[in-house]
Amino acid sequence: MLQARGIRKAFPGVQALDGVSLSVSAGEVLAVLGENGAGKSTLMKILAGIHTPDAGEILLDDERVHFSSVAEAMARGILLIHQELNLAENLSVTANLFLGNEEIRGGVLGWLNRRGMNDRARQLLDRVGLEVAPNRLVGDLPLGQRQMVEIARALSRKARVLIMDEPTSSLTQRETERLFEVIAELKRSGVAVVYISHRLMEVQTVADRVVVLRDGRNSGELAREEITHRRMVELMVGRDLKQFFRRAHATDQAEHPVRLEIHDLCYQGGPQTPVSFSVRGGEIVGMAGLVGAGRTELAEALFGLRPLLRGEVRLDRRLVSIRSPGDAIAAGLLLAPEDRRQYGLVLEESVQHNLGLPNLDQNSRLGLVSPRRENAMARRLCERLRVRTPRLSQPVGLLSGGNQQKVVLGKWLARQPRVLILDEPTRGVDVGAKSEIYALMDELAAAGIAIVMISSDLEEVLGMSDRVLVLHEGRLAGELPRAALSEQAIMHLATGGNISYGEYLG
Amino acid sequence: MTRLLGVLLMVLIVYTVLMGSFAPARSLNNHQTLAERLGYYGIPTLGVGVLIVSGGIDLSIGSLLGLIAVYFGLLLSGPLSSRQTIPLAVCLGLDGTLLCYALLPAVAVPPRIALLLSLLPGAGLIWVCQTYLPGLHSPPWLAMLLMLGFASQIGLFHGLLITRLHLQPFLVTLCGLFMYRGLARWLSPGALALPSDEQVVALRAFLVSDRMLGFPHILLLMVLVALVLAVVLHGSIYGRYWFAIGNNEQAARYAGIATQRQKIAAYMICSTLAGLGGLLFLLMYRNATPSSAGSLLELYAITGAVLGGCNLRGGEGTIPGIVLGAAVLPLLQQICTYNSAIGSDLEYTVVGGALLLATIANELVTRWSKRR
Repeated sequence: MLQARGIRKAFPGVQALDGVSLSVSAGEVLAVLGENGAGKSTLMKILAGIHTPDAGEILLDDERVHFSSVAEAMARGILLIHQELNLAENLSVTANLFLGNEEIRGGVLGWLNRRGMNDRARQLLDRVGLEVAPNRLVGDLPLGQRQMVEIARALSRKARVLIMDEPTSSLTQRETERLFEVIAELKRSGVAVVYISHRLMEVQTVADRVVVLRDGRNSGELAREEITHRRMVELMVGRDLKQFFRRAHATDQAEHPVRLEIHDLCYQGGPQTPVSFSVRGGEIVGMAGLVGAGRTELAEALFGLRPLLRGEVRLDRRLVSIRSPGDAIAAGLLLAPEDRRQYGLVLEESVQHNLGLPNLDQNSRLGLVSPRRENAMARRLCERLRVRTPRLSQPVGLLSGGNQQKVVLGKWLARQPRVLILDEPTRGVDVGAKSEIYALMDELAAAGIAIVMISSDLEEVLGMSDRVLVLHEGRLAGELPRAALSEQAIMHLATGGNISYGEYLG
Repeated sequence: MTRLLGVLLMVLIVYTVLMGSFAPARSLNNHQTLAERLGYYGIPTLGVGVLIVSGGIDLSIGSLLGLIAVYFGLLLSGPLSSRQTIPLAVCLGLDGTLLCYALLPAVAVPPRIALLLSLLPGAGLIWVCQTYLPGLHSPPWLAMLLMLGFASQIGLFHGLLITRLHLQPFLVTLCGLFMYRGLARWLSPGALALPSDEQVVALRAFLVSDRMLGFPHILLLMVLVALVLAVVLHGSIYGRYWFAIGNNEQAARYAGIATQRQKIAAYMICSTLAGLGGLLFLLMYRNATPSSAGSLLELYAITGAVLGGCNLRGGEGTIPGIVLGAAVLPLLQQICTYNSAIGSDLEYTVVGGALLLATIANELVTRWSKRR
């Protein structure tokens, strides 16, 4: 029924989609899989009219269509349910169901037909098995029920193709089962469902066919009887490693002392099960997991941005109490955050000021900044990291992604770091700068710094890590020594597979 | 830099128009009047300017200034009644409570008990103040210090409410705008005159009316405040922190800056300078009416700071720019008063129009320079 052929789409700096095709027919559930950043969301947004493709065509009932807005796609029955829900929390369930599509009486006067809408709302809620009064405020409902409201809304628009982006990420087991019943019913009534999920177990249950994307291209397709956990993972990851990971430091760090030791740590917003792990000096420990697995939250907790509830953190054997980023920095535990534009840099300010911001204590006397010393420090750091900037007074927001990231890392090199947590150190960074950042990490590890590298880029996790910790839904799902590292093993643990990764060894 | 040149150009144009059109404006006497006004407007404008750089806003400046002017007059003109000491007593009591609440967890007292325990010294302090303060007659210098301290504590309360309870600055200080004005009217039913005893006259001469090389002291005082703030904002680590917080508070936090403390400091500077403005108001005009002293000044101060290059989103602004921005208003006022066709009734419209024009010009210049 719906077909996409050779879709291409570029965003500044990335080719998100590079000739992707897929098709889905009436009454079929098609699962779309791929690693983080493989292009799934972009493709779905193109189908739903949020983005327009640079090239390629979309066919609906064998007729070429061109959507330039969500409204146009909606009018043809193509609906997207976002991962982040799009509901107005201050309005009632009914008002949300009919938002922008209200039933009106009295012509131009625009009186709302409240009773009629409430009745229809009740029918829709019945269909998704949601037992709440239509006049309840959406803001008062738990997340799982809001997801159901969103699905009911899609039903109210007479969807022909329903795209669900990670619909179960906020649902409980029972709600998930209910959702599968709804999907089965939709299938019977001839609706085509496109289902995106990281949870491979669910995909196995619900999908009729699986399309896998990798780096913006189709990497394979599985028919109903071919769908197995292992086959899906293989298609998601299988590719050659490029040879730009410099690893001059020794992999086996058994003789180095433990630098960072986390014992039974619980933090606000973290999982129920406490986290424990340790990192030796001179070791690069990769931290893998899917988006939302709680890696960033753990890093934030260690850096004093989230209150610790229980457990202890030891640095070089000494118990430290970290209650603010200031404490963490003083202890030598440093974080290069994931979103550098929001948390890592003051974009409006110069390269020198950004490099200087956490190091003003070293470059000031009696509270007065010494511009000379700060300038010298910034010059040194820029040379060492090969930051390409016309001058040190250039606003950092005007630099390229790679150079911005180097400034984020450079801020911490002026201090003697003991533990460096790098959250997605090469996201949005060009290949050249990437290999420079890897070389720097290698150099820092060789100098005895303990490095924790959070990354969704499996290639980089495999290339750089001496050891990998895999997180799944907040808790530590497993630990892989370098000898047992493989993309399959990591993906297996990250998607909720059990700990016995023996089948992937050798 | 272009922003600074822009506001300099604006001051020059307004000044030339004023001097060119009206002969009486050219007199030395009038220049001294202008200088006094600039000193008086400049001080609260500098305070709010620094606050705006750090990403905050304060709408209570005018009311606080009025309250301090009235309170200062009461302190100077004689012993306070037990009713008139209540604001001071409550302020001190709150300080005592806050101090204990901050210190008690350090000696391992659980937070909830600490809150209850720290209410005791607060209540005690209020009782002590209410027993001993009424009837006390303070010399002018002590009254001054007391008032500046009082104003700084108002800033502390604003800052605590905004950083710890995450209330919106606009809202907190809007409440202040009403509360302090009401308090001023409650403290003194009618207008207050500056007493004419020797000490007070000497204080007035020293802070406001004496001249050095022809410049009134109040202008020099403003320049002194501006110099100190220029060093802090443009030369010290604290200025760096405030710019960073104003531009991107999260990034500042991730760089290990105690952002809450820095924001509180900015609110305290703003309120203290508004308090200083209140002292100068009473000394300069020799009387203060509780219902009108300093009213609308918060808007003049914010206008001056914005004309001077402060961005209301934070992270932008310079001390020289703020001083120049503050100079625009007294000049515009005089143009209105001297020109019978405009008249002082239209003054607000002229001020608002000037701000609007400056904003439009700034926007156009920014666009034009981006396109190149």
